[in-house]
Amino acid sequence: MNTILKTSHLNKVYRLGGLFNRIRINALDDVNLTIESDAPAIISIVGESGSGKTTLAKVLLRLVSPTSGSALVYDRLIAGKGEKPSNREFFSTLQPIFQNPFEAFSGYRTVDSYLFETAVRVARLSKTDAVDAMAEALRLVGLDYRDVRGKYPNQFSGGELQRVSVARALIPHPKIIIADEPVSMIDASLRMNVINLFLSLKEEFQRSFLYITHDLATAYYISDYIGVMYRGCIVEFGDARTILSDPRHPYTQLLIASIPQVGQKWEVRKMALADIEAKEFQFEGCRFYNRCPIAGDRCLVERPSATSLTDGRDVYCHFA
Amino acid sequence: MIRLNNIVATYTTVRGQVDAVDGVNLTIPDGKIVGVAGESGCGKTTLLKVIYGDLLYPLALRQGSVEYEIDTVSGRQVTSRNIKDYWFKYISYIPQSSMSSLNPVVRVCKQFFDFLPVGQRTDNTLAEIREYVRSLDLPPEAIDAYPHQLSGGMRQRIMVAMATFFKPEIILADEPTTALDVVVQKGILMLLMDIQAKMNNTILFVSHDMGVHYQITHKMLIMYAAKAVEFGDSEDIFRAPLHPYTKMLIESLPLIGDDRVRTGIVGRPPSLWEDLHGCRFAPRCPLVTELCRIQEPALIEHKPGYFVACHYAGNTYQKNEIAMQ
Repeated sequence: MNTILKTSHLNKVYRLGGLFNRIRINALDDVNLTIESDAPAIISIVGESGSGKTTLAKVLLRLVSPTSGSALVYDRLIAGKGEKPSNREFFSTLQPIFQNPFEAFSGYRTVDSYLFETAVRVARLSKTDAVDAMAEALRLVGLDYRDVRGKYPNQFSGGELQRVSVARALIPHPKIIIADEPVSMIDASLRMNVINLFLSLKEEFQRSFLYITHDLATAYYISDYIGVMYRGCIVEFGDARTILSDPRHPYTQLLIASIPQVGQKWEVRKMALADIEAKEFQFEGCRFYNRCPIAGDRCLVERPSATSLTDGRDVYCHFA
Repeated sequence: MIRLNNIVATYTTVRGQVDAVDGVNLTIPDGKIVGVAGESGCGKTTLLKVIYGDLLYPLALRQGSVEYEIDTVSGRQVTSRNIKDYWFKYISYIPQSSMSSLNPVVRVCKQFFDFLPVGQRTDNTLAEIREYVRSLDLPPEAIDAYPHQLSGGMRQRIMVAMATFFKPEIILADEPTTALDVVVQKGILMLLMDIQAKMNNTILFVSHDMGVHYQITHKMLIMYAAKAVEFGDSEDIFRAPLHPYTKMLIESLPLIGDDRVRTGIVGRPPSLWEDLHGCRFAPRCPLVTELCRIQEPALIEHKPGYFVACHYAGNTYQKNEIAMQ
């Protein structure tokens, strides 16, 4: 059994404001996720902006260090106290894909130079092997090396360029790819091509994905596991299909009721508006308290801990 | 009613001129929410700018005209050249990014004064503005705050309040909820629908999210590569779209609770710099024939109020074929 991803008591605190009115924002607040499986998995992290999902990705990519707690990816300690893998081992375990491919590649360099550098520096291939590895990686994402060679980013459409950045990530044969909102900048007609590419890479080439998104429909379509985040806390975590077809946490229910789906008109329901974000981060009890339709007195003072249900999911709610 | 007569809108760049909207002929009815959908670069924002009369260099209206039905005191004709005089009173605009539209160093209430004549900038009007903002479910202190103190959703509500304060007949909304989360988005869209139901104005709503169009629009305009390809009642378009592009676009959306395999549309939209002839969707269309590559289909009325630009629209045999793809 492989531990694909395990975080224990992961915390990240940002401090905002001046010397006297300083406030603490717990961008990650005691995040515990464990995914163990022999087969590769696609794990989705969903939530609104300011929910801490990008901070989680940054901790896993070692772009920020956590305040406390630890994270393991494929049995290698990525963050926290202990012996860390070397840079080379780290980058051949996990690789990132970013939101906007036009910002990920410089407009003044050809895109194949990025692939070449990854092959030579991270995968440590010789220059001739590097070209073969590039051609192979581009073939996996449905592109031809001859069409990519010598081209600049503005000569691609968003969908094609995102495929190139997937190809770049594949060159060192990583076990897991961390994709932070990979399709939100891509047109609707091309979006599904990238999403289907993730699925086929998982099934045919045994790559896992951590898919960070705010789009629940695509998360439902591709993921095996889903974690819903709200203001730095995980509120519900477990099997994707179970959670999205029968949400138990009131926040997950609110999210699903708000998706604009074709074929299903919205119910008109009065919603409590969100408070100022920084204020919600300071709540001592449940952070969803002020918007929750079923909140009781207990929610105001006590932070709910994980309740494991019989179907294997964790719900962080007193009334689960 | 807004009549668009063969609009050709051109951007001038160092490379030359490019037609971002190329020959759109439409009549937009009153009192409806009209959705405009299409990929980035298909001309939907440019079309909105033409209707708003915001024709500054490098954008120019090379051909065609826009007619609005406004009763002016002097009886002069209102076109896209002089619609500027009626901004906010008759036609208003909700932009995508509220953060770059609001002045960061001026309190929100003062910014409401920007479009008032100097004589009307009184405490009375301020009280009216407060009352109006309160009716839109905003906390009363929001009006005295600086823009950065408000959340994205609240700022966008302020933009909606500004755009609707004078009860304009036409509201143009350019992706007003794209940067927002689904929960906040639903709140804003519900607010827009409420306002529209009360004031009965025409809203032109640009978005690339077909789900949003399904929720709020009465009529839809689908654009592809600077052309209008389909225009009709939203209900008809979502039930049985006639253009293959619309059909594939709607079918590519994943739904929660539906495990069927979805596919995107292969290929990419043509570059507008190239010499385009024939149907612009032809290279990506599964039903393409020789006719499509040679002759450009015109936007034809297939049934009352339903326009499609496809040689084979309404042909049932062809439609089954798409379902099989």
